[in-house]
Amino acid sequence: MNTTWRFLLALVIAVSISACKTTEPAVDTTPTDTMDTKPATDVTTAAAPDPRDYTDARNFDNSESLLSKRVIYFDFDKSEIRSEYRPIVAAHAAYVSAHGSARVTLEGHADERGTREYNLGLGERRSNSVSGLLSAAGAMGMQLDSVSYGEERPVCRVSDDSCWSQNRRVEIVYTAR
Amino acid sequence: MMITNMMQKLIYTLLFVLVSQLAHAKLEIQIIQGNASALPIAIIPMQWRATDPRPLTGVSEVVSSDLYRSGLFDPLDEQDMVDRPVDAESIRYGTWRLLKVDYLVIGHVKDAPGGTGYDIVYQLFDVHTQEALLSQITTVGLGDLRFGSHRVADAIYEKLTGVAGAFSTRIAYISSTGLGKDQNFQLFVADADGFNPQAVVGSPEPLLSPNWSPDGQRLAYVSFEKGNSAIYVQNVATGQRDLVSSGKGINGAPAYSPDGRFMAMTLSASGNPEIYVRDLATGQNRQLTQHWAIDTEAAWSPDSKWVYFTSDRGGKPQIYRVAATGGKPSRVTLEGDYNARSSISPDGSRIAMAHGRGNEYRIAVLDTDTGRTRILTPGVLDESPSFAPNGSMILYATREDSRGVLSAVSVDGNVRQRLILTEGDVREPAWSPVIR
Repeated sequence: MNTTWRFLLALVIAVSISACKTTEPAVDTTPTDTMDTKPATDVTTAAAPDPRDYTDARNFDNSESLLSKRVIYFDFDKSEIRSEYRPIVAAHAAYVSAHGSARVTLEGHADERGTREYNLGLGERRSNSVSGLLSAAGAMGMQLDSVSYGEERPVCRVSDDSCWSQNRRVEIVYTAR
Repeated sequence: MMITNMMQKLIYTLLFVLVSQLAHAKLEIQIIQGNASALPIAIIPMQWRATDPRPLTGVSEVVSSDLYRSGLFDPLDEQDMVDRPVDAESIRYGTWRLLKVDYLVIGHVKDAPGGTGYDIVYQLFDVHTQEALLSQITTVGLGDLRFGSHRVADAIYEKLTGVAGAFSTRIAYISSTGLGKDQNFQLFVADADGFNPQAVVGSPEPLLSPNWSPDGQRLAYVSFEKGNSAIYVQNVATGQRDLVSSGKGINGAPAYSPDGRFMAMTLSASGNPEIYVRDLATGQNRQLTQHWAIDTEAAWSPDSKWVYFTSDRGGKPQIYRVAATGGKPSRVTLEGDYNARSSISPDGSRIAMAHGRGNEYRIAVLDTDTGRTRILTPGVLDESPSFAPNGSMILYATREDSRGVLSAVSVDGNVRQRLILTEGDVREPAWSPVIR
C-alpha cells in the first residue's frame, strides 16, 4: 500500500472510531414497563439515607445514624446526661419535633445497688433528664411519656461494674413514629 | 375483639391472681452460725392416736425445727433419744439429766371431738425441777396440723423466753426468673419456716414492695402490669383485689399504719417522689413531704404517730421521720453514707435499715434509746429488712452467687440463717403480723 492509501485508511478508521464515540444513543427517559424487562436476580439495591438526616425514619435501623442509638447510659448515682450522649438525644429531638405523630416513652433504670423503691426514684430522675433535654430541643410535652423501672428490669444479673454500668440507663422507646 | 399486647399482659396477670400450690419453690433453711447458750431441749415424737393415717412429718419434727431456727434452742436429735416417754409417769428424769437436756416435751395427737380435726395434747417439763411448765391441748382443723405444730412451738418459746413466738406467722416475698422478654415475677406467701409457698400474684411485669395489713388478711403491693407502677391491695385468702393508686409517675412503697387506719405511699405525680398518707376510710390523700428530693419507703412507728422514710434531701439517702399528722421532718440516721428502707421493731426500740458504705450494703440496727448503730450482717448487697412480729429476728434480702436469697438474723446478730429458694431470684421479704 502506498502512503496515500494508508493515510486514507487511517482517516476512515479514525472517523469511524470518533463516530462511535460521539454518536450517543438518545437517553430514553420514559419509564419502562418492568414486565417487559427480564428480572435482575443478581441486583440488590440498598437505601442509603443521609445518616445525619434525623428526620428520616429509615435511620432508625441505620447503624450509621444516631437515630439507631436508643439507650443513654449514666454514671453511678447520677442522672446528668454525659456530654457524649447529648448528640443522640439531640437527634431524637430532631425527629420528634419534625413528626407531630411521634410518641416516645422514656424508660428509666438503675443498677441493683441500693434499695428498690429509692431506685425507682433514681430511674425516674434519669428519664426526666432525657425528657427535659428532648423538650428543650423541640419535642412537645404530649409526645413524651416516662416510666421508671428502677432496678426491676436489668439486662444482666452479675454483681460487677460491667453489668451495673449496662443497667444504669434510659431507653428511648418509640410507641409511634 | 382485638387483644392488644397490654391486654394480654393484663390477662396473664389476672390468671395468676389465684391461690395455687407450688411444691418446687420451697425454701431451704441452713443455719450459718449457732448460739453457744442455746437451751437444750428434747421434743419426744408424739404418739399418733388419731384415726387418719399419720402424716410424713410429725408435730415434734416441726416444733424442733422451729425452735432450732430461732437460735435460742438446741433440740436433741431423734436418733439420740434413748427413751421415748408418752405420758408423765414414764419419764425417767435421770436419763435426761445424763443427756444434758434441760427441758422435755411429750404428748400425743388424737381426733378432736366432733371429728372436726385434731387435738395436740402436750406437756413441757423442766428436767431439773421435774415440774410441768405447760399442760395444753391445741386443737386444729383437718389439714392444719403444721399450723398447730407452729402454735405449740410458739407456746414453748413464750414459756421459756418470755417473748411471744412468731412461728405460726407467714412471710411474703417476690421471686423473679428470666431476663428481658422472658422475665417473670411472682408474689409468694409461705409459712414463716418456708413451707407451703403459694403464688398469690404472677406477672410478666415487675412486682415489688409487698406490705401486710395489720390483721394479716391483705397484702398491698406494687405492680407494673398496667405499664407503669401501681399500688394494689389483695385479700390473701380470696385473691380479690382493689387498685389503690395508679397516677402518673411513681406509685410505690405502700405501708399500712399499725392501727389499720392509714396507708402511706410514694407518689411522684407532683413532679418528684413524695410521701402521702391515705385515710383508708375516706380515700383522701394528704401530702406529708414537700421537697425536691426523693422521699420514699415510708415505715410507721408502732403507735401510728410517726412516719419514718428514706430521703436524699441531704445529698444521699438517709432515714428521716415526720409526725403522721404533718410537720417538719427530722433526720434520724447519723452514721454511714447511705441509709434506706427502714423497718421499725414492734416495740419501737429499734430501727433496722439497709446501710451502705461504698459498694457494700449491710443490715444495721439503730437503737432508739442509746442512738447507737450496730451492723448485723456481712453484706455485701443486703436490703429490705423486715422485723418478725415479736421483734426477735429480722428477715432480709441478700445475694449469693449472683442469685437473690432471703436470710434471717437474730436481733442481737448472733444467729443467722439462710433461706434458699430452689429457683428464681428472691427478694422483698415481708414478715406478717401475728394472725389471731
